[in-house]
Amino acid sequence: MTEVFVTKDAAPADDPLVVLENVNKHFGALHVLQDIDLTIARGEVVVVIGPSGSGKSTLCRTINRLETVDSGTIRIDGRPLPAEGRELARLRADVGMVFQSFNLFAHKTVLENVVLGQVKVRRADKKAAEQKARALLERVGVGNQADKYPAQLSGGQQQRVAIARALAMDPKVMLFDEPTSALDPEMINEVLEVMQQLARDGMTMVCVTHEMGFARSAANRVLFMADGRIVEQASPEEFFTNPKSDRAKDFLSKILHH
Amino acid sequence: MNVLLDHFSLFRDGFLGTLSLTAVSAVIALVLGALVAACRVSPVPPLRAFGTMWVTLLRNTPLTLLFLVAIFVVPQVFFPGLSYYTLSVWALGCYTSAFVCEALRSGINTVPVGQAEAARSLGMTFGQTLRLIVLPQAGRTVVPPMSSILIALTKNTSLAGAFNVFELFGAQKTLSELGYSIVVIFGWIALAYLIITLTLSGLFRLLENRLAVAR
Repeated sequence: MTEVFVTKDAAPADDPLVVLENVNKHFGALHVLQDIDLTIARGEVVVVIGPSGSGKSTLCRTINRLETVDSGTIRIDGRPLPAEGRELARLRADVGMVFQSFNLFAHKTVLENVVLGQVKVRRADKKAAEQKARALLERVGVGNQADKYPAQLSGGQQQRVAIARALAMDPKVMLFDEPTSALDPEMINEVLEVMQQLARDGMTMVCVTHEMGFARSAANRVLFMADGRIVEQASPEEFFTNPKSDRAKDFLSKILHH
Repeated sequence: MNVLLDHFSLFRDGFLGTLSLTAVSAVIALVLGALVAACRVSPVPPLRAFGTMWVTLLRNTPLTLLFLVAIFVVPQVFFPGLSYYTLSVWALGCYTSAFVCEALRSGINTVPVGQAEAARSLGMTFGQTLRLIVLPQAGRTVVPPMSSILIALTKNTSLAGAFNVFELFGAQKTLSELGYSIVVIFGWIALAYLIITLTLSGLFRLLENRLAVAR
């Protein structure tokens, strides 16, 4: 159970940041995650794709324990995920998460959304936190919206604020749970561009998405999931041009039409 | 008119008695209710069980029975020497806290679960999530039932009058014994209650408008 990562010092280039071992989860009778083994290296961008109901979102949510697992271990930066409580809260601060439905705090302004975590969780100075928040909002291109409420923003803008909110915690890894699935088509790109920039800057990312273009251009590795299992993993080039499994071939034939 | 003017100090003391019973027990009810609601939505099973038990027990027993226990049993067994006023205020506060808890919980349930998930994913603790994110957004939904609960509390304070705490109902008893017309006395007493309850309604309407959240 415990001593598997001797590789950590042996191969610093392949420094594992998120490690899932033998993870299983059921929703009632549904075996939604089956024997998942996954190692994500620092700085790696992993894109998870697959048909709906395949367990991709659940996998993403187990990494910061928004979903508990039935068995198996999950480690982040060498530390196993603690049980619910202060310890877990501290660890979650290091794991940024972006949701499909943005989940910006509806009763707080855009700026307050980005400041809140820094001040309440990181105990940062209010002034410094605001400065950092404004810089981040500028970076994701919504600097001029800082004093509005989330409901006054478009979906694409809200999602970029959500990314800024997660980045404000200086996370070690960012989880994206279908970040563009709730967006109008013309807003998808503005969010993907921010994510692409983030990938280029060396952020460790796990993205559940249906955006194959993003997978091709930004991912280091593509995970294909179906029926609760990781069916195939490969470089995007390899996966999209030469998928190995029948399941992946079938999936790609249905979505790639160009 | 005579009754009111001749016995104005009696009315005034009764009014102030009712007002102070209402105010103090409301504070107890709101604080206890919030704590118990936090228990009921917490991830800790024993706390949830405690919350459920508290609500079930207090919400389903008659207030009169609760008063009898508070006035006659509690001082005998637990806290001797407490005044009738203190005991009454706690009986009213505990009883009402069960309703406050449930109103709060229904408000908490109207806040989309994603709000709490986002807060937790930022590393907020359960308490911070509840205090900073969920409860402020639950507020608006909670306001209308909360005003009903506090109005009911105002009227429930009359039970304390039966246990030697001087308030409006007690004033009515005294005046009846002095031989004034019951209809007239009741008219003035009702008016005094209305002053408190209508003020409460007005305050809560203001609060409701101020808590409007854009979604």
